[in-house]
Amino acid sequence: MPEVGQENFEPRLVAFCCHYCAFAAADLAGVLRLKYPSNVRIIRLPCTGKLDALYLLKAFEVGVDGVMVAGCLEGSCHFISGNLRAKKRVQATQELLKRIGIEQERLEFFNLSSAQGNRFAQIAHEMTLRVRALGPLHHAALAANPAAVAKGSG
Amino acid sequence: MIVADQKPLEEILQMLASYKRVLVLGCQSCVAVCMAGGEKEVGIMASAIRLARRQQGRDVEIVEGAAKRQCDDEFNEPFAGTIEKQEAVLSLACGVGVNKLSERFALPILPALNTRFFGEVERQGVWTEVCAGCGQCILHLTGGICPIARCAKNLLNGPCGGVRDDGTCEVKPDLQCAWILIYNRLQQLNRLDYLAEIMPAKDWSADRAGGGPRKRVREDMML
Repeated sequence: MPEVGQENFEPRLVAFCCHYCAFAAADLAGVLRLKYPSNVRIIRLPCTGKLDALYLLKAFEVGVDGVMVAGCLEGSCHFISGNLRAKKRVQATQELLKRIGIEQERLEFFNLSSAQGNRFAQIAHEMTLRVRALGPLHHAALAANPAAVAKGSG
Repeated sequence: MIVADQKPLEEILQMLASYKRVLVLGCQSCVAVCMAGGEKEVGIMASAIRLARRQQGRDVEIVEGAAKRQCDDEFNEPFAGTIEKQEAVLSLACGVGVNKLSERFALPILPALNTRFFGEVERQGVWTEVCAGCGQCILHLTGGICPIARCAKNLLNGPCGGVRDDGTCEVKPDLQCAWILIYNRLQQLNRLDYLAEIMPAKDWSADRAGGGPRKRVREDMML
């Protein structure tokens, strides 16, 4: 995984991807030999409708700097409305992040189809740049109490 | 069921500010069904508190749990050993659970929820108040629709003059007039004659307004 530190910071990102679209799009990006940042780690979901606020918070808790959720284009969900539900859960979690004191831009929802390998590579770039600019998630805490962060990041 | 809302996280963090060891204890009854204080909400709340405290650079040790019913000592007892090791308990039960734990344990029991009302599940994610717990039920006379809970003015003898042409209430435009619902229901039951009876002024002594907390005693069930 990329280094996490104040200097030469490379963010750690997790992408929760729908099996039927984003996961296949990521695969297509590979087949097309498209480059996208190695910062992104993919977790496959059977549908983004499986997404839970707890998945997102746990990702941040274990030390991830940014999370992207990628579901099908609106109207194309294999399970009819899973992507629409996931979008609402992401919005609610963004609100919660704000209350926690974490920039809500660290979490984003994207829509794409399985044919959009280019788009997957593009959003992976976009999120990496965005989170790199925001800096490490726990940098404020790190400065105040490094032991607390090390313990919590387990 | 008892319907509750989570307090804003800022308020909860403020309550917990001076504590480093906290049990976040949910309740698997009403508040689990209304998605405010069940096991899942405990997980999300605990995670949010850990993240927020880490952002503040202040460590916190959180233990998570959920009692079957926090309103009953029997179901809280398995957590006694854990509770006694904490500096505080953040209860995700209704106010009854917070009271119950406070009677039993010597440490601060803090409420994570605002307890709201007795409600029905209108649809997934929507809960509506339909019973006011007034202590003197008249549902047999009103077709099973409660005017005490569902009429903005608690009227007992038909609608007020403020009902709108579309059957909604003058107080809340999105609220159906309880007395129109009652009329339609009694018509369906062929019991419109009930409406001809004048209901006397309600005896509010059975309601909480009758003076302080209420109690129910069943001598035959006592051990």
